[in-house]
Amino acid sequence: MADVAEIPLFNKAEAKQEIIAKLRQEVYSLQRFKKVNDATTHTIGPFETAFPNQSFPTGAVHEFISYEQEHAAATNGFISGILNYLAGRSGYSIWVGSARVIFPPALKFFGIDPEHIIFLDVSNKNILWAIEEALKCQAVSAVVGILSELSFKESRRLQLAVEQSHVTGFIHRYKPKTENITACVSRFKIRSIHSATLDGLPGVGYPHWQADLVKVRNGKPGSWQLQWNGSGFEECDTRQHIISIPQKLKAG
Amino acid sequence: MARRFVAIWFRHLLTDWFTRRKPELKEIPFVIAAPDHGRMIVKAVNPIAYASGIYTGMVVADGRAILPELQVFDEEPGRDHRLLQALAEWCIRFTPIAAIDGADGIILDASGCAHLWSGELAYLKDLLTRLRAFGYHVRIAMADTIGAAWAISRYGSVYPIIEPGKHIEALLPLPPAALRLENNIAERLHKLGLKDIRSFIYMPRKALRRRFGESLLQQLDYALGQQIEPLVPVCPIEPYQERLPCLEPIKTATGIEIALKELLEQLCKRLADENKGLRIAVFKCYRLDGNIQAIQINTAKASRNSNHLYKLFELKTGQIEPNLGIELFVLEAPVVEPLISSQEAMWNISHDKEMQLAELLDRLAVKVGEKAIHRYLPSEHYWPERSYKQALSLEDQPATSWREDLPRPIHLLPQPEQIEVTVAIPDYPPILFKHKDVLHRVAKADGPERIEQEWWIEQGLYRDYYCVEDDNGCRYWLFRAGHYEHAEPKWFLHGYFA
Repeated sequence: MADVAEIPLFNKAEAKQEIIAKLRQEVYSLQRFKKVNDATTHTIGPFETAFPNQSFPTGAVHEFISYEQEHAAATNGFISGILNYLAGRSGYSIWVGSARVIFPPALKFFGIDPEHIIFLDVSNKNILWAIEEALKCQAVSAVVGILSELSFKESRRLQLAVEQSHVTGFIHRYKPKTENITACVSRFKIRSIHSATLDGLPGVGYPHWQADLVKVRNGKPGSWQLQWNGSGFEECDTRQHIISIPQKLKAG
Repeated sequence: MARRFVAIWFRHLLTDWFTRRKPELKEIPFVIAAPDHGRMIVKAVNPIAYASGIYTGMVVADGRAILPELQVFDEEPGRDHRLLQALAEWCIRFTPIAAIDGADGIILDASGCAHLWSGELAYLKDLLTRLRAFGYHVRIAMADTIGAAWAISRYGSVYPIIEPGKHIEALLPLPPAALRLENNIAERLHKLGLKDIRSFIYMPRKALRRRFGESLLQQLDYALGQQIEPLVPVCPIEPYQERLPCLEPIKTATGIEIALKELLEQLCKRLADENKGLRIAVFKCYRLDGNIQAIQINTAKASRNSNHLYKLFELKTGQIEPNLGIELFVLEAPVVEPLISSQEAMWNISHDKEMQLAELLDRLAVKVGEKAIHRYLPSEHYWPERSYKQALSLEDQPATSWREDLPRPIHLLPQPEQIEVTVAIPDYPPILFKHKDVLHRVAKADGPERIEQEWWIEQGLYRDYYCVEDDNGCRYWLFRAGHYEHAEPKWFLHGYFA
C-alpha cells in the first residue's frame, strides 16, 4: 500500500481531493487496472467513462448476458466492436463455443479480419478448459467464450489466467439459469433496439443497441443507447444521424 | 578371407521404374528425355524402344522418325540417384555394405555372405529373382574385385559367377571398355587394334603409362585386384527412435512421466542437431505381459520443443495402463520435417507469437480434436453458405478480400428455418412473420437482394433476401425461395443481425 506519510498533508479541500485521487490510483494499480496513456489509446466508446481510469480494462474478463437469439446476436456484434479495438491488425483472437452460429464474413462489418479469428467448436464439457487454455496464451489478443453457466470458482480461475497473460476475455453467457456472482470485471447486457435511418427514410439502419452495464468493479454502472456506425461506437443521437449515415452500409 | 563383390547393372533403371508406376506402359515403346542445347535428348529407353534401335543420347526427333508411336516423358533431375539410393538400401538385406555405382549400378560387398544362402549361385539367384520381380531388367556378376564384377556384368557372356582367383582369365577376352576407361582412351586402344584386354594386359607398364596415362593402369589394377578400390557404402537414415529400458518394471505415473521427459530430451537433442522438428510422435510402453501401450500426438508445425511436446503428451498419459509394470519405453517420431534453427528467430517477436499460437492449437487439438478448430478464408461465391471456406493451416492467407458491400448477419443459422409470413404484394417484404410460434411485426425492411443458385454446383431455387426489423427492434435476415408463378413460395429465416 501507499506510504501515507509520504503524501504531504494540506488542510485545504482541494488537497484532500488530490490525496483521494492518488490513493484511488494506488488501489487501481493493486487491482491491476492499468493506467493507460491517453495519447496512445483511442476511446472505444461512451461506456468507457464508467470504468476506472476512464478506460476499458484489458487483461480482464468481461461478462455479457443474453437470453434471446436476437439479443445474443446483438451481444456478439457488440463484442466484435470492442474486439476491433483490442485485436490490432495482425493479432489472432479465439472464439470458443459449443454450437457456432457466427457467420465469419459478417465480422468484417465490425472491422475485424475474419481470417484472424480461430473458432473452436467444442463440447460443453471442454469449453471452460479451452477458454482457460486460450486465455493463458500471450500470443492471443482476445478470447470470446460463449456458454451458459459460469460459477464463481470457474470465473476466478479465468481471472487468474488473464492476470498472468494480460489477455482480454469476453464471456458471453447465453440463457444462464441464474445471474450468479462472478469474478468478472464487468457485466453487460446488450439488447437490439430500433435503428434509425437518415431523415426517416424507409429501410434498416445501423445496428442500434441498448447497452446496460449492470456491474463494474470500481466503476459506475450505467446504460447507453449506442450505434455501430461502421467504424466505431457512438451514442445515438438522431440529429447526428441525419448527417452521417451513408447509404452504403445498412446493417451489420 | 577372400573378398567377393557383386555388381548389379540396371539396364533400364528409369524406364523400369516408370513401368512399375504405370503398368499400362509395359507394352508401349517410350523414352525419358531432357532438353540439352535446345534439343530433346533421350536419357533412358525402355526395352521395347531399345529393340527398335533407339538408344540413350539420341535426339528425340530421330527416335520419333524410327518409331512414330514413341512416347516421350520428361526427366526428373536426380530421380535416378534417389532410386539407386533406395535400391542400395534395400540391398542391405543381402550384405551390410552396398554402394551406388555410377548412374545405373550398385556394388555389393558380398564377402562371407553367400554361405547364408548356401552357395553363391543361390545367393545371386535370390537377388536376381527379387529384382526381376520388381520389374527391373538387371544383369549381375560376382567376382573377386569390383572392377572384374563390373566388367562381367556389362560385357560378360558366359557365366556370371567368376570362381575365386579366376577373374584375370575371365577378363582377358573382354573389350577394353570393360575396364571402365574414359571414352577417348578406349577409342585410342581400339584404333591401335587392341580390341580385347588380353592384347595389352601383359605390355610393360611403363609403355602403357606413357601412351595412355595413369588412369588405365589404375583401372587395370582395380580390376586385377592389385589395388584395393575404395567403396562408399550407403548408410540408411536411422529412424528417429529413442529407447529406455528399465531395470525394474515401472508402475507409477511419476515413473512414466520421468521416462517420457528423458526420451523427449534425447529425441529433441538429436532433432536440434539435424535441424529437424517432429510432426508426429508415438510413445510406446512395452508391458511385462507383452502388451504394448501407445499414445500418439500430432503437431500443427514441426516442433522440437521438449516442454511443449511433453505438455501434449501429458494430456494423454492417463490413458496408459501400466498393469504389472512397464519394462521398456520407446519414443518414435515417424514424421519429421526440416525446421530452421531458431537462432535468428529469437529476435523476431511475431515468429515467436506464431509459435506460441501453434503450440496452443496443438494442445487444444490433442484434447478436443483437430476437427473442432476452424479458421476461415473468403471464397468467391454469393451463396451465403459457400461464401467462406476452411483454411488449411495457420499460414494460409486469403487470396481475395472479404466482401463488405452487402449486408450480412452476424449469426447465420446452419439450416434456414421455415417461417409463416403475410405479404401485402408479391415481391414485397412481409408485413408479419411467425417463427417458432412467435409473431413478429415488421417495422422496417430492406431488399430484396436476389441470390441465384450456382447451377454448376447445385440445382435449386433462387433466394430473395430481405433485411427486416420487427417492432421490438430486432433485426432478421429472411428469404423467399423461388417466385410466385406456380405455387405459394416458402419463406425462411436465415440469420440475425447484430
